[in-house]
Amino acid sequence: MPAIVQIQSLSKTYASGHQALSTVDLEIEEGEILALLGPNGAGKTTMISIICGIVSPSTGRVLVAGHDIVDEYRITRELIGLVPQELTLGAFDTVWNTVNFSRGLFGQKPNPAYIEQVLKDLSLWDKRESELRELSGGMKRRVLIAKALSHEPKILFLDEPTAGVDVELRQDMWKLVRRLNDSGVTIILTTHYIEEAEEIADRVGIINQGKLLLVEDKASLMHKLGKKQLQIELRAPVAAVPESLAAYKLEASADGCQLTYTYDTQGERTGITALLQDLHAAGLQLKDLKSSQSSLEEIFVSLVSAP
Amino acid sequence: MINLQAIRVIYKYEMLRAWNTLLQTIASPVIATSLYFVVFGAAIGSRIEEVEGVSYGVFIVPGLVMFALLTQSISNASFGIFFPKFTGTIYEVMSAPISFFEIVVGYVGAAATKSLILGTIILLTANLFVDLRVEHPLVMVLFLVLTCISFSLFGFIIGLWATNFEKLQLIPMLVITPLVFLGGSFYSVSMLPPAWQTVTLFNPVLYLISGFRWSFFEVADVSVGISLAMISLFLLACLGLVWWMFKTGYRLRQ
Repeated sequence: MPAIVQIQSLSKTYASGHQALSTVDLEIEEGEILALLGPNGAGKTTMISIICGIVSPSTGRVLVAGHDIVDEYRITRELIGLVPQELTLGAFDTVWNTVNFSRGLFGQKPNPAYIEQVLKDLSLWDKRESELRELSGGMKRRVLIAKALSHEPKILFLDEPTAGVDVELRQDMWKLVRRLNDSGVTIILTTHYIEEAEEIADRVGIINQGKLLLVEDKASLMHKLGKKQLQIELRAPVAAVPESLAAYKLEASADGCQLTYTYDTQGERTGITALLQDLHAAGLQLKDLKSSQSSLEEIFVSLVSAP
Repeated sequence: MINLQAIRVIYKYEMLRAWNTLLQTIASPVIATSLYFVVFGAAIGSRIEEVEGVSYGVFIVPGLVMFALLTQSISNASFGIFFPKFTGTIYEVMSAPISFFEIVVGYVGAAATKSLILGTIILLTANLFVDLRVEHPLVMVLFLVLTCISFSLFGFIIGLWATNFEKLQLIPMLVITPLVFLGGSFYSVSMLPPAWQTVTLFNPVLYLISGFRWSFFEVADVSVGISLAMISLFLLACLGLVWWMFKTGYRLRQ
């Protein structure tokens, strides 16, 4: 089955001359949760805005469910829901009115029962008669999600959904995202919080300076690029790492009680056996050993800062 | 395929906005018109008894209605599209499965409806002050509808074009108001010196007011056929401009 979103050689240069995207190719599979990870200004929002029809592409094209987003925009846009990054809402409309407005805008007949369910799922039901300007930032974020879901989209874009959001809403949101995903909705979210991508995504795309650096299954990405660290606790502190161990590039903690060894899980040899023997030969007594996997954050930093 | 639901919600939303600001939308133009009526009709009218066989108080009614329609159509329609642009909520319209045609029908249709209601209210208000007669009611309605639509469309264009509140007010204040005042709203062009009569012929609003007035009293500065042609031409020009704006994504899509 072809991917639900096919992005082909997509580039965008704004009138100011700023190139926000440069020949991005990406296929998004139906039913997955894809996290686009990148620093501010990386081109994440531009990419989403093009797919949703807010920004015109300079070159390249995008197909959604096999339909061109420019020539067949009616079909593609009906399938898409967008939660924008900014809290862009009117001031004097009520929650109920604005969510029903969105549904109509996307060509759907009124369905009060469905909208009621969406509002209840987002804990907005009690606020349905409130004016938007009376709501807190977190509540506004919920309203934006409700608006995006109002027309029952098959693909949901969440642009920095947790910016300025408290812990409770974040957890509610991830629950909702998982539930939507279980019902078959494809989810694309952008973030610069790596923990979010790590927590929720099936696949992670890393984007920087308008280029898609890689897209990889989250687990294999961490496996492939992941470094592991071995923490060695010593019985007695050392003043410095002995000369004989220089080849292992150990880092000693400030109090000299702990040494850290970093190794590549993909390497042919981890070097652990040799290290342990050399530690013994150097006369160091071990108290404990602990190994840990590097997080997506460290992977990300190493990718983005690479020349 | 037409996205009727989208037209429906935009239209309803815009009408609701007027309902929530009823005082501003309806009451203030009615009060302003009554004031004009008192000042021009009573104070000046007592010195000018008749213009071309029509008493002055009655003579200015079509001009007053047109004045209100023009300014209110523009301000209503321009604000309706400018505000979502200003707050950023326009993103939703841009990402929805709707064509420029549907957007225009929704926003301009609502603005034109409001102007039409307003025009009717002003006519009824005027009827309280003077005895109105309408010789050609169908032509009058035609002028009302064409004016409401074309100037709402013009306001919509201004709303798309404006990048700040100042620009939003600029054309209504600096262009429309003078054109209306100098377009024979409160006098007949034949009362002017010959040189100024020629200059006035370049004022598009003159044709509008003249034609509209003809439908009431069969008194006109220019022939009613020319008036109708001019307003239709203006409507077509606005349609063309708004079509071009959406085609190129002007001020909407980067």
